[in-house]
Amino acid sequence: MIKFVDITKEYKNGVIALSKVNLSIAKGEFVFLVGPSGAGKSTLIKLLLKEENPTHGRIYLHNTDITKVKNRKIPFIRRNVGVVFQDFRLLPNKTVYENIAFAMEIIGAHPKDIRRNIPMVLSMVNLSKKAYNYPNQLSGGEHQRVAIARAIVNSPPVLIADEPTGNLDPETAWDIMKVLRDINRRGTTVLMATHAKDIVDVMKKRVIEIEKGEIVRDEEKGVYEHEISNT
Amino acid sequence: MSMRFRILKNIIKQGFQGMWRNKGMGLASVTSITAVLVILGLILIMILSLNNVVIDTQAKFDEIQIFLQDDITEEQFKRIEDEVKNRQEVLSAVYQSKEEALETWKEEWGDEGYLLEGLEPNPLPNTLIIKLRDIEYADKVVDSIEGLQGIEEIQYNQDIIDKLVTFANYARAGGLVIVGILLLVSIFIISNTIKLTVTARKREIGIMKYVGATNGYIRGPFIIEGLLFGVIGAIVSILIVNFGYGYLFNILNDRLYVLFTVYLISPTTLIKDISIIFIAIGAGIGALGSLVSLKRFLNV
Ligand SMILES: Nc1ncnc2c1ncn2[C@@H]1O[C@H](COP(=O)(O)OP(=O)(O)O)[C@@H](O)[C@H]1O
Ligand SMILES: [Mg+2]
Repeated sequence: MIKFVDITKEYKNGVIALSKVNLSIAKGEFVFLVGPSGAGKSTLIKLLLKEENPTHGRIYLHNTDITKVKNRKIPFIRRNVGVVFQDFRLLPNKTVYENIAFAMEIIGAHPKDIRRNIPMVLSMVNLSKKAYNYPNQLSGGEHQRVAIARAIVNSPPVLIADEPTGNLDPETAWDIMKVLRDINRRGTTVLMATHAKDIVDVMKKRVIEIEKGEIVRDEEKGVYEHEISNT
Repeated sequence: MSMRFRILKNIIKQGFQGMWRNKGMGLASVTSITAVLVILGLILIMILSLNNVVIDTQAKFDEIQIFLQDDITEEQFKRIEDEVKNRQEVLSAVYQSKEEALETWKEEWGDEGYLLEGLEPNPLPNTLIIKLRDIEYADKVVDSIEGLQGIEEIQYNQDIIDKLVTFANYARAGGLVIVGILLLVSIFIISNTIKLTVTARKREIGIMKYVGATNGYIRGPFIIEGLLFGVIGAIVSILIVNFGYGYLFNILNDRLYVLFTVYLISPTTLIKDISIIFIAIGAGIGALGSLVSLKRFLNV
């Protein structure tokens, strides 16, 4: 599903954010990407979204080498990758319903499908009652649930979340994690970058740890910190 | 197919919404386009009317008038006529007697024609009026008959026509340059207006990109917005030019400045020609202005 082969990313200012990264994520997996701030987690996600291009190496997304995809085709890659950010990124002048509908309109979805899918995803994220609220009438957790609903409404095979609980209190963060786990259980591959040690430790999912741009650990049913390593 | 149609419908809908949302800023665009097109209209009226003058003058002066001496003999006249008629540059040679000349003159003076009544002896000469294929040949033809007997004077007006044509050409070129500059200015104004709205919606555009909107989908509404501003400006300017010029034309006509208005292009003809041109230019400026402002913004 997702495969990084020998990926190195050097920014224009000379910072090497990722160095010789190899990883492979299968369909249906739930993967945590952990590591200290500045380790290169967001860079890895940006490469998957083709917001940045690697300096070296190949990235495969459902067997397509996206490093070779032309700029013009980027939108079509992004439609196969739902994405959620720490800062939610909702359109303030649109209601919850419209924010989600927007993601369907741009791909020319049939109005009937729009009317059918939105209530469905809203109930998946437990937000059916707030469909006609504007973002400024929502709590942080609700913001993030709208963002998740928007990310999955077109049924992308992959959902990427960059510190989705970073701005939320622990209890709300757990609500979001349950939503993400449910989405994963329905078959969507989930890749989540996070700082939240407690969440990672409890979830017992695969953990990929990066430090200074290198993968230092890749472990099934892992926890946030490597038990043995105490350097 | 219907998916594409729905996408197009969305883009157009958003274009209209954008126009409505930015009507304040749009006023600047509309005003600038209107101003440019009104000026373009004035220049067009000037150029077309000047064209009429040139064509009319050319027709009038496209001839050589050979004034004959009153005591010209039959042979002398025959000699001149043969010489002229055998030349291929000559389209026709028509004899006009002094009496006929006076009649035509009276007609041209119209109501004041009575002033010429009883003009004795008739001061006008008998004339041989030669029409040429082209006024350029005038010198050649005149050379060939100049020495002949029985001619009092030869008159033709190459100079006037040359000057007029030169003037018309300069006026036309000047008009085009002015219009060109104004078009650029209004493209600049539109592109700045759209740039403001694009900047204001930068976040929104960023989000659209993350959700997988194509550049076309993002650009489309802005281009339609610019296009709509352009078309509105065009419609306003058509109304202004139509009513303004129609009003002026009627005043001139009513005050009997007919001499002047015969050369002016008629308002009804003008509006037909102008409407399509103006709408096309307005829409073009609007869309181009948007494109210019979007170019740098949307590079992924
Ligand atoms: N656009 C950029 N230009 C230059 N350097 C960048 C850019 N984005 C990130 N970096 C640098 O790359 C490194 C990795 O950053 P990032 O991927 O954001 O880490 P993380 O998300 O793990 O905190 C950091 O040193 C950061 O300063
Ligand atoms: Mg980050």
